[in-house]
Parts: sequence; C-alpha cells; structure tokens
Amino acid sequence: MASATAAASLQKTPLNAVHRALGARMVDFGGWDMPVEYGGVIDEHLAVRKAVGLFDVSHMGEIEVRGRQAFDLVDHLTPNAVSRLQDGQAQYSALLYPNGTFVDDILVHRMGPEHYFLCVNASNQRKDFEWIESQNSFDAEVEFASDKYAQLAVQGPRAIETLSKLTATDLGAIGYYWFERGEVLGTPAIIARTGYTSEDGFEIYIAPEEGARLWTAIMEAGEEFGIKPCGLGARNTLRLEAAMSLYGHEIDDTITPYEARLGWIVKPNKGDFVGRDALAQQKEEGLTRRLAGLEMTGRGIGRDGYRVFDGSDDIGWVTSGSPGPYVGKNIALAILSIDKGAPGTEVEVEIRGRRVEARVTPMPFYSRKK
Amino acid sequence: MYPSEFKYTKEHEWVSLDGDTATVGITDHAQDQLGDVVFVELPQTGVRTQSAQSFGTVESVKAVSDVYAPLTGQITAINETLVDAPEQLNTSPHEKGWLIKIKIEDKAELDDLMSAEQYQAYIGAEKES
Repeated sequence: MASATAAASLQKTPLNAVHRALGARMVDFGGWDMPVEYGGVIDEHLAVRKAVGLFDVSHMGEIEVRGRQAFDLVDHLTPNAVSRLQDGQAQYSALLYPNGTFVDDILVHRMGPEHYFLCVNASNQRKDFEWIESQNSFDAEVEFASDKYAQLAVQGPRAIETLSKLTATDLGAIGYYWFERGEVLGTPAIIARTGYTSEDGFEIYIAPEEGARLWTAIMEAGEEFGIKPCGLGARNTLRLEAAMSLYGHEIDDTITPYEARLGWIVKPNKGDFVGRDALAQQKEEGLTRRLAGLEMTGRGIGRDGYRVFDGSDDIGWVTSGSPGPYVGKNIALAILSIDKGAPGTEVEVEIRGRRVEARVTPMPFYSRKK
Repeated sequence: MYPSEFKYTKEHEWVSLDGDTATVGITDHAQDQLGDVVFVELPQTGVRTQSAQSFGTVESVKAVSDVYAPLTGQITAINETLVDAPEQLNTSPHEKGWLIKIKIEDKAELDDLMSAEQYQAYIGAEKES
C-alpha cells in the first residue's frame, strides 16, 4: 500500500486545508494533492445519486479567449459547432491534433460574442494552453486563467434546493448546459448547470479566496438534504456509471472522437477545424475499434489496462473499470475490435492471469430519470 | 485499536497465533487506506504460502492491493464469508474480516514481526513521511 507522497511538491487547491480538516484521504492526482474520499466512495456516490454531494474541482483548468476573432480561434480548434452557442451557453467539445486524436476534452462557455471561457482537465491545462497559443494566428488573446478561479461542483437531485439558499439567481431558469453570471453569498460567480455525474447540478466558478467560505456555506445549506463532501473516487465512479470519458483512459492522443463514441461532438459540415481531414478519412475507411460498455458477469473487476479476449483472440483493453455503486454491478469501459462491440457479445477480461466472463452492454450504465 | 496479542507486518497485515495456527488479516490502518472493499480473492485451502509472497488480493472501489503471507506454512482455512460480504474488512478488520489461517512451519519467523506498539509507531512515521 502506498504511503503518503511528498505532499509539499504537489499543487494544492484553495480548499486543501478544508479537505485535511475533514480528514479526507489525499492522493497525488496528476500532480495535485486532491481528496479521494472523506467517508467512503460508495456513500459519497449514493449521496449524489439520491440527494446531493459537493466536490472541490478547483484543480480543473480555465483558459479564456477574448478578442475580435475569439470565435474563429475556438471554432478552428474544436470539432463541435461553436456557432451554435448563444451567450450563456456551454458545449462539450475537444481540442484535437491534426490526426484527429485528443489533446483534451473541454467545455466551451460563450461569455459573449468575443469572449469564450474554456474549462479543461487539470493535468492537461499547460499543454492545452500551449497548444492553443501555437494555433493562434487569429486576432484573439488567450489567457491562462486557472489561478483566477476555484471551482465547486454541487451535484445531485437536491443540488438546486441547496444552492438556491445562497443565491438570488433563479437557478431553475438555467437550462442544462447553460450558465448565468450572478452572485453566490455576495461574491461574483459563474453558475453553470453542468456536471460529470449524470445528475442535475451546478458547477460554480468563483475567486480562489472565496472557495473555503462557499464550501462551508454549501455544506450547511445542504445539511438538511444529507449533503456529503465527495472526493475524486466518487467523481470517477459517478462518471463511469454515466459512461463519460476521462482523459488518459477512454481518450488520449491515440484515440479519435469516433473511436471514443463521441462522434456527436464532431460537426464536419461546420467548416474547417483541426483534425477534420483525418476524421473524414477515418469515417470513410471505417473504424477498426470503438469504445464499448462491459458488465462483468463473472466474479471480478476489470481494471484500466486489462486485456479483453474472445477465445484466444485479444480484442482490446479496458480503459476504466470499477464497481458501479448505484447500478450494483461491476462495470467497465473498453476499446474493442469493431466486430466485438455489439451489446450481448460475450467476452472475457484477463484479471491478473485469470479469465473472467463479461458481456458487452449498452452505454451508459446509468442515466437519470428525467 | 491494535490488539496487543497480535503481531503485525510492514505490509499492514496482522497475525494472531493459536498453537501453531496463525490467523491472518489486514489491519485497521490498511482498510482505512483502501477504502470500501468490494472484492476479495483468496487461495484454495491446502496451498502452501511462503513468507513475503502474495497469497491473494483485496480490491476496493478504487484499487487492487496484494496481500502478503507474513509466515510460511499450509493454508488450512479461508474466510468464505468475505465472498458475499467483503465489507467485513472495513467494519471488522481484526475479527470478522480475517482472511486465512496458516499452519505455520517455523515459529522463528514470528520474531521478524512487529508488536502492536511497534506497529503503531510504524504507521505514525509513515503518515508523517
């Protein structure tokens, strides 16, 4: 079992002391000293599915693009149609390399016609910023803004009641994947109805020095609903049940959106963008492999990197796997040969030298009843 | 918390000796570090373990960890109740969550293990490092 890493060299969010005071188990997550759990991953996971949970996601990166050609730069860099965004709307998208693989997956928020706010993965933020800068032949300014924001995620069916106590903004009027600029507890906040859990909820961007105060207030506001602080452990199992991709697992610089079942973020007809030609070619030639959902039917848990077999044929690998605390099954995502990805296909996952039965199942494993 | 009649390893297992049979489990500290245990893989009875060799795995929601045999000998029993109730490793690591029983061959190996007091000092030091 790993002992505590040298925490001194790790980056810390503005809420680091709050997590430690709560007795969180801290881990090195891509160079960040982050809470993996406070009381138990399963309890935290179920709190989000049934009530409400609070996450510190201040490690996520923010990059802001401003200027006369801000739209042109963002539209050039991302496969989704930025032109479809209105002020106050957000979009799931990606940064792609010319060969169509992922630099990162990102959220694009349109703050105004000449201002876009990108939320990117913690461990990729510097790389993303440098990539965007290298592609910036437009009249646009790119700002690395991660130090200007703390980010809290309030997720779960009672998230709206919890957060409503702390803001005058009409949260019910914010549509899914829309956001408002308002105030929470008197401090300016971007309040977005987004999340990584497949539950209703909000992601709030605030000044770093306000992070701890808001955390405490949200915990108090949610107390009557059974709010729980949630760590990266539950964040991972929640997104896995929802079959949402995690960079470094389902997606990376060897995988394209089509292979990751994210073809819906690719809008080839919008005009040119980085990766468009490679993706068009891949679509024309046909995919050889694609992401699939697996349910373990034998006893065992398929973990990241484990090989998947059909008889003696090696047909792919698990990208993420864990128990699904809410669905009550051991689930996994896997990149499989295209002819093995149909739901119902029986396969085997090699778990530490032992073959364990699994079945390809439809994705996601969980979706919220709306 | 850590029974004084037990012996402990650096890999966070405990040993309770009854005659020449050693009961082996993981410590409270180990279960706390692992988080929610969801799966336990144990060997067949009759298998011979060797000190410091992995004899099984304990899997939490987040991760897989090997468990190491603290002593050499034949495995005479495994805790079958963990198949359906692996959470006993969290709720009762030093009692209901025991893993295996070993008929030990060399009592001298026990001298290499830590006392409760030494173990607590050991995990205290590990925390601060």
